Amino acid sequence: MDRKLVKQRGDTTWLIERSGKMRVDGVIYASADLMAGMDDKVAEQVRNVATLPGIVKGSFAMPDAHWGYGFAIGGVAAFDPEEGVISAGGVGFDISCGVRTLRTALVADDIAHMKGDIAEALFECIPAGVGSTGKVRLQKTGLDDLLAGGAVWAVDEGYGLREDLRFTEEDGRMAGADPSQVSDHAKERQKNEMGTLGSGNHYLEVQQVLEVYDAAAAEAFGIHEGDILISIHCGSRGLGHQIGTEFLKRMVQTAPQYGLELPDRELACSPIKSPVGQSYLGAMRSGINCALANRQILTHLLREAFETLHRKADIRLLYDVSHNTCKVEEHAVDGRSKRLFVHRKGATRAWGPGHPGLPKEYRAVGQPVLIGGTMGTGSFILAGSETSEALAFSSACHGAGRNMSRREATKHWRGRDVVKSLEHKGILIRSRSMRGIAEEAPGAYKDVAAVAEATENAGLARRVARLAPLICVKG
Amino acid sequence: MWEHFHHQADIGVRGIGETLDEAFAEAARALTAVICSPDKVDPRQAVEIRRQCDDMELLLVDWLNALIYEMAVRGMIFSRFEVHIKGDALTATAWGDKADPELHETAVEVKGATYTQLKVAQKEDKWIAQCVVDV
Repeated sequence: MDRKLVKQRGDTTWLIERSGKMRVDGVIYASADLMAGMDDKVAEQVRNVATLPGIVKGSFAMPDAHWGYGFAIGGVAAFDPEEGVISAGGVGFDISCGVRTLRTALVADDIAHMKGDIAEALFECIPAGVGSTGKVRLQKTGLDDLLAGGAVWAVDEGYGLREDLRFTEEDGRMAGADPSQVSDHAKERQKNEMGTLGSGNHYLEVQQVLEVYDAAAAEAFGIHEGDILISIHCGSRGLGHQIGTEFLKRMVQTAPQYGLELPDRELACSPIKSPVGQSYLGAMRSGINCALANRQILTHLLREAFETLHRKADIRLLYDVSHNTCKVEEHAVDGRSKRLFVHRKGATRAWGPGHPGLPKEYRAVGQPVLIGGTMGTGSFILAGSETSEALAFSSACHGAGRNMSRREATKHWRGRDVVKSLEHKGILIRSRSMRGIAEEAPGAYKDVAAVAEATENAGLARRVARLAPLICVKG
Repeated sequence: MWEHFHHQADIGVRGIGETLDEAFAEAARALTAVICSPDKVDPRQAVEIRRQCDDMELLLVDWLNALIYEMAVRGMIFSRFEVHIKGDALTATAWGDKADPELHETAVEVKGATYTQLKVAQKEDKWIAQCVVDV
């Protein structure tokens, strides 16, 4: 990024001072190195978000920010319930895309001899890739129940354990969902997609805890060096994509009647109190429930497969976070608690220690923040910090973030070579698409370790553990 | 003629043609090329698509999103397109086949067409129809 676009305020804080139509300052949290690699478009998008009505305090970007649609991916913005707007672009197409990490009660030695079998079993039981269909078939009424009930619905239907819900954001069910605001097209698109992983950067990964940075938090999360964990990265599938597509258009078309001047059509939004805003909230929250139910169903499938393969395996949910959402939260603004609509587009909620919404086991150390890396370099578990609330409404990064387009990646790497070189390092990859593997090659992403370090240095969340990939089923 | 253009996280699709109709059809081929090589897909089954919008740029996004929807619910991939735009109405036929990951070597599904770098314009004697798609 061109340094002239920002002013440095400390090692990890970069200010875009309010000017022109901006209503608040913009703030990017990143190390100097990450800033150097960040596209100028991120600054432009942070500035554009700062012009939206009712924005409170600032327009923020996380250390993994990159050029998105309207909002930067890695963007965080909160809006006043009376004056503010809600933006379909500020949530994104993959509503409630997120990461769920599970403990297994196994250590690396337990599975060293059977990695190939596990890879095959997971590849078999988790539908992944373009056009894959799930085993769960839903009639329209069943789908409405799912959209209202989220992971709670899934557990009621026999997918997973009741205990899983306590370790899912919103206790597994997003309140305020209104399935009647979800179009028939969106429902039709989801009919065969429940219990599927999707494609692109979505994955299911068996991981080993490589290094623990914060012993107390790791103990609270129930993880130790050498432990085997499983992480799932996926979202609300076709239903969320269709809701995003339809509301983006409605918001673009209705913006003039609400007097909204959009610096970029992709920033399409509506006043929170308007009929379109309320309709989107009902549909978007249904999308969140769809994603929570989907990850719950996938949990059930992999739990069955894993516990059949290894008699010692006991799959327990560590936590489930969503990183494309808009949620109503209470935050301190100018010393007073205020109800706000917080958009996180490619950013994770990161509640600090003591937050009443956390399960009691984690309350002393803060919320687990699950950061997906690449299939070659690993992932991180962070914990929400005390300072994150004041910095960016208790938010942190969400992943490594691409530094190379898909097209460029396919010019650099061939899928088969990527699979072979990772196998050489002891990482087994299973995918139906070699071109997909090339597009997702580890080298196409930023260094996730640098992102996690910058997130800690900025005070957004602190590092708890680093995870190394062992088996990866790619969508 | 179609091409892809750079976007850091995703990919831009651009159709170029002698007419607006051709640019829209080529943009659709560029969309398929995000998923797999269009040449691998046998255009054996036809699907009719109709859309209406008085803003040509929004109509392009509508057209691509209609294809994304049809691909998702029919489990198909399209490789041949015929588009007719008259006034604000688009009438089109897309021909394709059932998606087969092994046969078509599919890389990634497209979640939606976006308004990012969206442009429908006549440049010299050619029409261009383009936008970024989210994958």
